[in-house]
Amino acid sequence: MPVDQLVDCDIHNELTPGALHPYLPPRWRAYHETYGGRGDGGAGYPKGAPRAARADAWPPSGLPPGADLEFLREQHLDPYGVRYGVLNCLTTACREQNPGYAAALCRAVNEWQVAEWLEKEPRLRAGIVVPYEDAALAAAEIDRAAAHPGFVQVLLLVRTDEPLGRRRYRPIFEAAVRNGLPVGIHFGGGRGRNPLTASGWPSFYVEDHTAMAQAFQAQVVSLVVEGVFEELPELRVVLIEGGFGWLPSLMWRMDKHWKRLADEVPHLTRPPSAYVREHFWVTTQPVEEPPDPRHLLAVFDNMGGTDRIMFSTDYPHWDFDDPRRALRIKLPPEARAQIFGGNAMALYGLS
Amino acid sequence: MAEYARPADWPDVPLVDTDVHITPRSLAALTPYLPARWRDYVRESGVASLESDLYPPRSPLSAIPGARPADGPPASDPELLRTQLLDPWRLDVAVTHCIYGIDGIHNPDWADAMARALNDWQHAEWLAGEPRLRGSVVVAAQDPARAAAEIDRVGDRPEFVQVLLPVRMRAPLGTRAFWPIYAAAERHGLALAVYAGGASGNPITPVGSPSYYLEEYVGLSQAFQAQVVSLVCEGVPVRFPALTVVLVESGFTWLPPLMWRLDKNWKGLRREVPWVDRLPSEMIRASFRLTAQPLDAPPDEPARLLEVLDRLGSDRMLMFATDYPHHQFDDPAHAAPAGLSAAAMARFLGGNALATYRLEAMSGAR
Amino acid sequence: MTGHVVGTTDEIGPGERKIVEIDGRSIGVFNVDGRYYALRNTCPHAGARLCEGTLSGLVTSGAPGEYSYAREGEILRCPWHGWEFDVTTGRSWFDPARTRVRAYETSVETGYRPGPYVAETYPVEVEQAYVVVHV
Repeated sequence: MPVDQLVDCDIHNELTPGALHPYLPPRWRAYHETYGGRGDGGAGYPKGAPRAARADAWPPSGLPPGADLEFLREQHLDPYGVRYGVLNCLTTACREQNPGYAAALCRAVNEWQVAEWLEKEPRLRAGIVVPYEDAALAAAEIDRAAAHPGFVQVLLLVRTDEPLGRRRYRPIFEAAVRNGLPVGIHFGGGRGRNPLTASGWPSFYVEDHTAMAQAFQAQVVSLVVEGVFEELPELRVVLIEGGFGWLPSLMWRMDKHWKRLADEVPHLTRPPSAYVREHFWVTTQPVEEPPDPRHLLAVFDNMGGTDRIMFSTDYPHWDFDDPRRALRIKLPPEARAQIFGGNAMALYGLS
Repeated sequence: MAEYARPADWPDVPLVDTDVHITPRSLAALTPYLPARWRDYVRESGVASLESDLYPPRSPLSAIPGARPADGPPASDPELLRTQLLDPWRLDVAVTHCIYGIDGIHNPDWADAMARALNDWQHAEWLAGEPRLRGSVVVAAQDPARAAAEIDRVGDRPEFVQVLLPVRMRAPLGTRAFWPIYAAAERHGLALAVYAGGASGNPITPVGSPSYYLEEYVGLSQAFQAQVVSLVCEGVPVRFPALTVVLVESGFTWLPPLMWRLDKNWKGLRREVPWVDRLPSEMIRASFRLTAQPLDAPPDEPARLLEVLDRLGSDRMLMFATDYPHHQFDDPAHAAPAGLSAAAMARFLGGNALATYRLEAMSGAR
Repeated sequence: MTGHVVGTTDEIGPGERKIVEIDGRSIGVFNVDGRYYALRNTCPHAGARLCEGTLSGLVTSGAPGEYSYAREGEILRCPWHGWEFDVTTGRSWFDPARTRVRAYETSVETGYRPGPYVAETYPVEVEQAYVVVHV
């Protein structure tokens, strides 16, 4: 292993049918079994592989990829020497149309995460899943769940109904700061309200996957320009699975136009790029693969250094990055250690 | 602001400004070009203006000092265009486009009538009277077949060099429904210009509507990225190999990382779009061009911008532009990347535009 | 080069495959319509066990919206990022010249003969047909 303390900032623990039943109160368990989830709306982009998973990540137990803790240990945590893994549970719970149902499901997911993952495997940490389109309900769940030391961040998905800087979402960020937690924004989400692009719905999954970076860009702009970091100077935000090659050009573009249009946003006391440098972290996967790998070094330099970059694999998804092969560039040992574990340990308070 | 003119130390090579806005003084200026039925419709329905709201009239970005004529919005006076832009910059050619917002009209017939009027208006009142000007064919993509017919109507006039569509559209630009427009453009040797703007009815960003104008303007680069992806993945460069797509006022420093991302995804997901038979970045280099403003890069670190240009992998893509009348730079010296070789600078200032557009041979020795 | 017996022809029937270890290398042996191919079980992209990927056909197109589908069972998709490799040559589809995986010669031999075949882990018998990979 290139580093002593490998932290994987993006592992997906998957639910299986019935997994939440023990954690749902009767009223919502009945609803769940009778009416259930109400579709994703407009997300008709079959992935490159079943369940978007690596073909070799299907456990022998018959559980789906990511649902088998023992297999996760065997195939991933042990062979790669993962010191800590951060679980980001992708579930439609967070964006169910019925807010009460969404809140009940999210609470159940979090209790399931504690019981089935955090309590069973000391290397794992997790994000608190919340019904983010109802900020008050989301804040309540953050306040409830944050007590468990295994939760290291609040988990949101990047495709939201409105840009996350909008006031309606502020209680979520306040709750995160109140509980000393960063907010992770992860690839995915959406519920048919906004098309994937400013010009509607593209035709192909390859476009859907590539378009995710633009959703991340819009969120960064919103959080910065709405002044969320002026209101919440302790807020830290992690961009998970969005790539990061686009970040320098976005910082430059925001700065340039902010200079001209500063009188529209008098609440911003510094250039947008300063807020980005101070408040955002990014995970590496899906890592950029320029024709010359050394071009990544210029990206790091344009980002202001390597102290906000955190390695991730996205296990068990198909666009997985292997810790031994991703970032095949000459990095100074300190930078490599930062990226592969140090930065995450510092951000998430891991020891 | 420094004097708005061609910097004295720029080489004496052809200079083509590829992003110049023109606009009618008012809706009334267009009515002589509308058939009676639509003239009365406009008057009786009380439509005031279709001016794009992307440039709030008094926003600092919308107009350089002195660009507001007494009797109209910025970029509505041909004589002011001469005295403020064409003459001081010693432009060989200015490629103009009118982004009057017909794309937001839901009535396809009215939209088509307005497109025709805009083309006749700009030809009569701008292009015919000034040999340095070229124009963009306005079309209503609401009905692609009629848009193609409009391109066929005016496309052979040498004053037109491209067909104009907004970056924020009703559907992604690669959508096959729009292909009659591209076929017509290719047929006439016109480029396809995608401009910053559009009022399609879709949310401005992929995650809904932002609060601030600053977000909206910055967010245009996301819309351009998605359109590049759409045009490539849907195979527009494959089906129309002679069609050049010009991204106007898009920024470009986001393009190298997009090329990396799309290339990487294509390698694993190629089967979904099997007509994309080579690296997307190769298709982009071959078929896309970009106007230079806004130059989204740190102004006091020219090396970083040069690095980005190097990552584009081609010095044929970027074309000089002022984005007149928008206030994109305070010092004209910053309108070109610093540190370009002589050959690259000549391409940037005019060579790439001459290769992109069907411009008549330049007069005079250069 | 040495021939290594990896199995009987019955064991690796048409459309089937077997992953073997030869001299510390993991190698995938495929039967495509009765012909045998052997590829190094390491994807040149990021080191995945390539030979555990999905076998599929080749999708090509003459024009957007048109699809040709042929060579079923001859295209191996890496289990991770889905890169496509021609099982019969080891070359990637998108970059055949520079992105490829090592392909080994194979042969089918009948009956038991002393040397030059190595059959350390495989019992051999007279009158059987064996798949041999030359490494």
